[in-house]
Amino acid sequence: MTPEIRTLSVGALTRVEGEGALHVTLTDGVVESVELNIYEPPRFFEAFLRGRAYTEPPDITARVCGICPVAYQISASNAIEDACGVTVPPELVALRRLLYCGEWIHSHALHIFLLHTPDFLGYPDGISLAKDRPDLIERGLAIKKTGNRLMEEIGGRAIHPINVRLGGFYSVPHKHDLEPLAEMLRRSLDDALDILRSVSEFDFPDVEFDHELLSLADGERYPIENGTIKRSDGPSFDVAEFSDHIVEAQVKHSTALHAALDGERFLTGPLARYSLNSAALSPIAREAAAAAGLGRVCRNPFRSILVRAVEVIYAIEESLRIIAEYEPPARPFVDVPARAGVGHGVSEAPRGLLYHRYEIGDDNLIRSATIVPPTAQNQAAIEHEMAELVAANLTSDDATLTSLCERSIRNHDPCISCSAHFLTLTIDRK
Amino acid sequence: MSVPTLAVWKFASCDGCQLTLLDCEDELLTLAGRVQIATFLEASSDIVGGPYDVSLVEGSITTPADERRIKEIREQSKVLVTIGACATAGGVQALRNFADIDEFASVVYAKPEYLDTLATSTPAAAHVKVDYQLQGCPIDRGQLLGTLAALLVGRKPRLPAKTVCTECKLRGVTCVVVAEGIPCLGPVTHAGCGALCPSYHRGCYGCFGPAATPNSAALIPVLHRDGMSGGDVDRVFSTFNVANFAAERHDR
Repeated sequence: MTPEIRTLSVGALTRVEGEGALHVTLTDGVVESVELNIYEPPRFFEAFLRGRAYTEPPDITARVCGICPVAYQISASNAIEDACGVTVPPELVALRRLLYCGEWIHSHALHIFLLHTPDFLGYPDGISLAKDRPDLIERGLAIKKTGNRLMEEIGGRAIHPINVRLGGFYSVPHKHDLEPLAEMLRRSLDDALDILRSVSEFDFPDVEFDHELLSLADGERYPIENGTIKRSDGPSFDVAEFSDHIVEAQVKHSTALHAALDGERFLTGPLARYSLNSAALSPIAREAAAAAGLGRVCRNPFRSILVRAVEVIYAIEESLRIIAEYEPPARPFVDVPARAGVGHGVSEAPRGLLYHRYEIGDDNLIRSATIVPPTAQNQAAIEHEMAELVAANLTSDDATLTSLCERSIRNHDPCISCSAHFLTLTIDRK
Repeated sequence: MSVPTLAVWKFASCDGCQLTLLDCEDELLTLAGRVQIATFLEASSDIVGGPYDVSLVEGSITTPADERRIKEIREQSKVLVTIGACATAGGVQALRNFADIDEFASVVYAKPEYLDTLATSTPAAAHVKVDYQLQGCPIDRGQLLGTLAALLVGRKPRLPAKTVCTECKLRGVTCVVVAEGIPCLGPVTHAGCGALCPSYHRGCYGCFGPAATPNSAALIPVLHRDGMSGGDVDRVFSTFNVANFAAERHDR
């Protein structure tokens, strides 16, 4: 008897950052393979970073991603400062954290309101949803604007900020420059708390996945601009050991390299960050999470929208705290004299752990560069989740299954521009 | 009159320039009321076929498939506007144009034979007629809104080809070169950012690409005087608009 073969396909995956495809094969009702095809054209950053001045990676690598440029600037700065043996003083680290909070607020708001919420309410996009639910979208855009204004004030502009340099900033704000921002942030905190309550009433599929979780940890604080590496199923390790544990391999169906943690699939991003660090949230964020039905650990990727909303609340509160304590530093930066050697840097991009490694030569030029973005780390976990969801819903018709796969990908807010880029959705059922 | 249609397209890029449209938080819903956003994969699952009144094109052409796709988009578009350094100049990925692409691929990928990539990264204008272009890495939000508003009322967008220096003077920012000897590309760089870097006490690094007639031969000795080495000068002209600056350097 010939095997029963079914094929589903969708031209392009939408409401994700970048372009890509998905290929699912089912033979006799059994999931045979699931591939998240990333064929956004490669841009070869790691190749052309060689021979650049050691001061250039923050500006150059920002251009990997227009949605999370600060993550690239900070991971790059952390790595090069590590290579050069320079410690940035706490008041400048606080300003970096404030800029980074702006990126979290804007990026999470973009995903929650314009990319993810339409899935739960059955709309093609946030713009059409705005007509029926201005309470969600108009206020959501106001929250996003608060994040962007914060980035503009500290970074000069929201996309590819110009004010970040090794050792700190080109210039730092006066205390009174931050007052209008504090007012915007206070209003956004009320909006975000209110919206989390609305979002918690969405209908969430009841599924959990058992990936190992990987995130930074930062002492008593929720990790953002630096930290050590924490995992759910093993001991923490130092940033310099990253490449001993996380290995990238190339697969034929993707221009993004696939990463594995000690040989196994794993997950980084809001779910991992929250599950490994929920005790470090501020009291208001922690109470809001509990009221929204989140436990201390969340392994249901559909509920990641709640986790992102909690992280928005935290980032707003954290911004208000940093602004309240802010006194302009004596100098906007510390000197970072070049030193030959290797440096490692990490930070928590909105989508998860972002690792940079640079080797600096005697000529003060970059000899080699390695960048491991969160979406490359998550690709195996995303494929695993789709396979499980398809297997658990075989009786659904093709359109329903296809839409479930798209939603499953969107749960992780994949940044395909970061990982290389392009999703076109095709599902073959053989 | 029927509602004009807008399409947003992506080629090799970071997504930042199309994100600029979604960053218009105060204007996005108003704009969506005036135009039909017919195709914008990053923002909507509704995809409406062409023809389109206006297409915004982000990103550079780096694959054989994209060489074909930009031509199809041109055929479907009454007005085609390129947005950002990738679409107008090939972007930072055009550094490959001055290197060995096979060697580049082997540095990033263990099996470069899986890739289908061109040896060059080129702007849309190298393949099709472009009606207007917004320079910048990334583009300026005000310029994007101004351009869309102009096209909506049927007038030509105002995109003056002056320099960052001009904007800096108009804004009254203290000149970082004259006052402090900080190397600055403001005299040769296309306007549009509002002289952002000098206002943050930083020299312009050319992310908007060359102005109409950049006099780099006159600027380069000043950059050297202010401490840049020959390598520093080559590198600062070899970033996000590398191909366009290379074409405009007449000092060598």
